[in-house]
Amino acid sequence: MATKPAIHLKVNPIACSGHGVCAELLPELISLDEWGYPLVSDKPVPAGLARQAKRTVTDCPALALLITRKEHDERA
Amino acid sequence: MTTFTPAVDLPRRKLRLLPPPGQPAIDLAEHLARYGPLPYRGGRGLLIDDVRAAGLTGRGGAAFPVHRKLTAVLRAADGRRPVVVANGAEGEPASAKDKSLLLLAPHLVLDGIQLAAEAVGADEAVLYVGTDERGSTWLTSLISQRRAAGVDLAAVRLIMAPPRFIAGQESALANRISGKPALPSFAPPRVYQRGVDGRPTLVQNVETLAHLSLIGRYGPSWFRAVGTADEPGTAICTLRQADGRVDLTEAPLGSPLASLLDLRGGPGCTAVLVGGYHGAWLPAATAAELTLSNADLKPHGASVGAGVLAALPQDRCGLRETARVARYLALESAGQCGPCRNGLPRIAGALAELADLSHPADAPWRRPDPEIIADLRRWAGLVERRGACAHPDGTVRFVASALRVFGAEVGSHLRGRCTKPNLWPFLPVAAGPTQEQDWW
Amino acid sequence: MHSSSIALWYASRATGVVCLVLTTTVVLLGVLVSKQRRLPGLPRFGVVHLHRYLSLLAVGFVTVHILTAIVDSYVSISLAAAIIPFVSAYKPLWLGLGAVSIDLMAALIVTSLVRARIGRNGWRVVHWVAYAAWPIAVLHSIGTGPDLRRGPLLWLTLGSVLAVLAAIGWRAFGAKPRAQLVPELVAAHAPAASRQPVSHQRRTKTYQGIEAARR
Repeated sequence: MATKPAIHLKVNPIACSGHGVCAELLPELISLDEWGYPLVSDKPVPAGLARQAKRTVTDCPALALLITRKEHDERA
Repeated sequence: MTTFTPAVDLPRRKLRLLPPPGQPAIDLAEHLARYGPLPYRGGRGLLIDDVRAAGLTGRGGAAFPVHRKLTAVLRAADGRRPVVVANGAEGEPASAKDKSLLLLAPHLVLDGIQLAAEAVGADEAVLYVGTDERGSTWLTSLISQRRAAGVDLAAVRLIMAPPRFIAGQESALANRISGKPALPSFAPPRVYQRGVDGRPTLVQNVETLAHLSLIGRYGPSWFRAVGTADEPGTAICTLRQADGRVDLTEAPLGSPLASLLDLRGGPGCTAVLVGGYHGAWLPAATAAELTLSNADLKPHGASVGAGVLAALPQDRCGLRETARVARYLALESAGQCGPCRNGLPRIAGALAELADLSHPADAPWRRPDPEIIADLRRWAGLVERRGACAHPDGTVRFVASALRVFGAEVGSHLRGRCTKPNLWPFLPVAAGPTQEQDWW
Repeated sequence: MHSSSIALWYASRATGVVCLVLTTTVVLLGVLVSKQRRLPGLPRFGVVHLHRYLSLLAVGFVTVHILTAIVDSYVSISLAAAIIPFVSAYKPLWLGLGAVSIDLMAALIVTSLVRARIGRNGWRVVHWVAYAAWPIAVLHSIGTGPDLRRGPLLWLTLGSVLAVLAAIGWRAFGAKPRAQLVPELVAAHAPAASRQPVSHQRRTKTYQGIEAARR
């Protein structure tokens, strides 16, 4: 059985307005900083949390949480 | 150009991009007579091998290999029309090289635009400038002249950048040229995939394009004749000397910093800022032993960047200067990302308190809370890599280097004293326009 | 047969009223989400989920509302008339508005179900349509029958309209663009000695002016 490639979570910081819903739905991977903005773990999402991670992505009111296959930084 | 006796004797070399001091820009006819016609290769991608062999890296600050950018845009342009942007925005107040190059050797930049456009298959280009109205008008007339003379194959238009620090950031630039405010966008996609009007966009610093135009004429071996093996070629540097003079020079990479900055003579110098306001401070003694190369500078937390070198005079307080610049950097935040918008003002405020920025010379000193250093470190950690662009990261790098290099001053300030007598500002902070939305 | 037909007609009217209440609540909750506020006692995701589940409940009720209106023989309304605007024989204008609002509602619901797939911009653009769908639904409700023009239901309708107008006003005249918050934040965190109230004059001073004042 082939294993699926690991997924990572990433925040679009421009879209993010600090609702904080993600930290409530996925506290294992997301916490909030002192200003209410998400601190998302760089590590791959464990297989058991994959479904919950996808639900959290859908539930973000700003659609600022993203699932990505890559780990590295794309910023300029 | 320089009036001090350099610590190390530089071999006499021909300036490649800049004309000799005192000489104005040459006109198109003389330019073509001196350098020959534009060496178009006759097809897409044909120049890229020479660029790779030459080892040209970007002169805008990131030193990214140019051949890789050209290849990336060429590949992304499969089926879509790419755009070339010559980035002369130069939002860094301490840097003057791009504006100067555009006014002293514009045809080299315009040649580079054409060669880059041919290499990626673009027939449109934008010259994005931070020059003033007069300079921009003059550049536009040169563009028309070249088009009329049949020198340029790709159509070039000039767009003025807003006078903001991040106006030259690649996605902010692409947005501005697309008619939107010059604010960064979240990547992916990067601009080489979707940039100006959603098209693959090649963004290169104007100096990089000038070097490209000469590589196209004289070849990669010529380019590699100066500089180091890993970092070939020359770089234009803005030198802010300790006595207040601002020099512009073009130096081979690998030149000793002591031959560029007057580190011993004049009013004396305690620290050097390398790489501008997203760069890093170095103690003067350390800087005197290093060369203008990333190989030497990176282990010390600095980099060549856009070639800004500033020597802090002995009588100035490095913390005060850092605090003033940090406040400017905080004001220059686009304000789009929560961590940057919240973190940078707090960092700037804490530094201002630590440096006692508003301290009149004869008033009693107010001792800052010692927790302030812990707060600064925490906020620095919260801000790095959490924005859509590198503005918070560069700011943190600059501030962290100041806390390292000016450690003794930090100690004095926490005890309520500053040992430096001169409160007059040294580093330039741009006299920007009003903080109106339009100006983005 | 006649009485069961009347029963279906009443059911349609009743479910219509319930829909109005549900969609009003959904719009109010939507504004609450956009303003990042909480409902007391609920976690933050509670507002988001309530907004979503009530809208799905509204879909259920509006489906019954339409089906009962079609099936009953008291008034002749075809399926086409229910979803294609203005083709109805019975009260073409008012029913047509109902068809418009149901079409917009379908767009809202479908895009929201696949919102993670269609991306931020696509979803947001369609979601703004909610501010059109709701008033059109209210007009449909008022115009199609006399129920909402009399008695307690009139007050209910007026209350709903006022609540939504207030919520829209709150949303529209609320937060400042983020780039304009920056100078205020910088001033707010500046050390006490130089802290001044952030007046319009200060906000529009040039950098040079501020630096000159500091020397």
